[in-house]
Amino acid sequence: MSGTYLGMPAFPAAARVAVQDTQLRANLTRATHTIRDKRAHAVAELQDWAELREAGKQVKDHTLRHLDHYLLQLEANITAAGGHVHWARDADEANRIVTELVQATGQTELVKVKSMATQEIGLNEHLAANGITAYETDLAELIVQLGHDQPSHILVPAIHRNRTEIRDIFTREMAAWGRPAPEHLTDAPADLAEAARLHLREKFLRAKVAVSGANFMIAETGTLVILESEGNGRMCLTLPDTLISIVGIEKIIPTWQDLEIYLQLLPRSSTAERMNPYTTTFTATTPGDGPANFHLVLLDNGRTTTLTDTIGRQALRCIRCSACLNVCPVYERAGGHAYGSAYPGPIGAILTPQLRGTATPLDASLPYASTLCGACYEACPVAIDIPEVLTHLRERVTENEPGHRAEHAAMKAATYAMTHPAAYRAAETAIIKTRKLLPRKRLPIGPAKAWTDTRDLPELPPQTFRQWWKDTHR
Amino acid sequence: MIRAAMRIALFVTCINDVAFPSTGIATVRLLERLGVEVDFPEAQTCCGQMQFNTGYPAEAAPLAEKFARDFRGYEAIVVPSGSCGAFIRDIHPKLRESTDPPPVYELTEFLTDVLETEDVGAYFPHKVAYHPTCHSSRLLNLGDRPTRLLRRVEGLELVELPGAEECCGFGGTFSVKNPDVSAAMGADKVAHAVETGAQYLVAADNSCLMHIGGTARRNAAPIKTLHLAEILASTREAVAA
Repeated sequence: MSGTYLGMPAFPAAARVAVQDTQLRANLTRATHTIRDKRAHAVAELQDWAELREAGKQVKDHTLRHLDHYLLQLEANITAAGGHVHWARDADEANRIVTELVQATGQTELVKVKSMATQEIGLNEHLAANGITAYETDLAELIVQLGHDQPSHILVPAIHRNRTEIRDIFTREMAAWGRPAPEHLTDAPADLAEAARLHLREKFLRAKVAVSGANFMIAETGTLVILESEGNGRMCLTLPDTLISIVGIEKIIPTWQDLEIYLQLLPRSSTAERMNPYTTTFTATTPGDGPANFHLVLLDNGRTTTLTDTIGRQALRCIRCSACLNVCPVYERAGGHAYGSAYPGPIGAILTPQLRGTATPLDASLPYASTLCGACYEACPVAIDIPEVLTHLRERVTENEPGHRAEHAAMKAATYAMTHPAAYRAAETAIIKTRKLLPRKRLPIGPAKAWTDTRDLPELPPQTFRQWWKDTHR
Repeated sequence: MIRAAMRIALFVTCINDVAFPSTGIATVRLLERLGVEVDFPEAQTCCGQMQFNTGYPAEAAPLAEKFARDFRGYEAIVVPSGSCGAFIRDIHPKLRESTDPPPVYELTEFLTDVLETEDVGAYFPHKVAYHPTCHSSRLLNLGDRPTRLLRRVEGLELVELPGAEECCGFGGTFSVKNPDVSAAMGADKVAHAVETGAQYLVAADNSCLMHIGGTARRNAAPIKTLHLAEILASTREAVAA
């Protein structure tokens, strides 16, 4: 994945900083609770939500089991419709393919549709290193780009920013990228949107090349589907001469009939709308209509490895709706940046360690970035059992990554004591006796310190339940 | 309410055994008062949830086996913990090769579904807010069972907890692996509880209450935490004494 996030601290350390940022906490709490409540309402409107969810899960599972078949079918149909299909094993390969395709057009700039896959591979940074400027045209991605920032949410990349911060970014940065912000710009949403509209319009009219991702790829006709709210994506998909779409191989579904399921699941789960404002479907090229050149870059980048794990593979069902982020109490406090990848929140905690592996301290800490409260699983429109995958990945981390030796020894000791009644009784007695020697507040080291920094320990009673039972019932 | 005597085994849980014996004692007194014959298989220890959830299923498996062994032969098992109850029900079958133990009921499930009772004859003249812990609500689907029981307690005023469905931030070893986020969540839960004006915050899980209560005590917040069983076991006579 992208080098952008390398060297980031592990989740607990990054989260500590975010938790202390009161402005960020307020922005996130307000935004996530608003979307959360609206989603619950939009979902409750459909009486067959449970069936839709099950169908969404099963179609994805079926497709993932026969991925080879559907990908080849997709390639054949796109090629027949005048498009070109490229296969990218990893981020480097995908970045190189896209860069060469852009260079072949002779252009040094392009417009972008909001895309998670290009965030994942760090495409913008790679293009910049090769002298190509990629302009983000999604409003929130534009805010992030102008702010020299990273997205912190899948659907709402600038969720960590409030209106005043956005006004300041526009006023300060727009001139360097193109049309400056209007003078005396206010932080009223309509004024901010108008400033972005004017700034982006000149980009759309000038662009010869566009880059997109896709929400779905329909194998039976070779059609890509993009759902959006602003219409800026459609500008990119229709105006330029060349369109390059980079899409993860798991985004494929077999038929148009299958799409019907996701066109209900996705908008209600993400923006809490019955239907999103713009849905664009396109099949390679059509003479006289839209881009004359179409390239699809199919991205693996850890997906086939993920597919080999029978528990972990359910993460590939994800349709990037963000419902899990919006209900997650940990995301709400830690913010998206702490997750150190394009995919924050609960889905990021199970996707990133599978796509990137668990070799860095950050990636190894992600499966632990959850209380296992289950709110994410409950909200997921394709029924990804995120807590199940989290505990599964924790096992992978404890087996493969260093730094768990002491913990493993403690767990082994606990299990030994708990399977040997005499040892258990001795341990109980020891806990109660030594507990009296320790203060209830501020213990010096280790997990005890982590607990007592903010919480009192419970006062231990003089006798255990076991003792009481013996005294009263035997 | 008199029913033909039923013989159940209590799984008290390791944390209740050592840190919250009053919850185990309350469970026994409550069930006995309702005519249930309670046994406490003394070989029992722990369900292994901490090991499993921290990434050590191999250390949890022997405990799942032992659990099935320790509770063989009873009609039913009652456990005063939503989290341990859910773990035994959902995860133990994946860890265990031996035969299944008897059916496991979280305390409020046993009262409402098996004994088919809501009025347990309790008396608790205080203002109470109920926190539905994540595992009791999302894994066991306890729904309104706990509040149906609480509403029938004489003298008890049940008030609604804002953001009740939000996790308190305990999360087992999460509480020490991610202490800052855990503490922030705990502080918000305490603030919501205090907002209600309740004297007691009540739940079906002492592990969550240990975190919430520890946070409240550290900040001298005017709220006490109490396990649901202790309210249901409380009677007019006990309060008078």
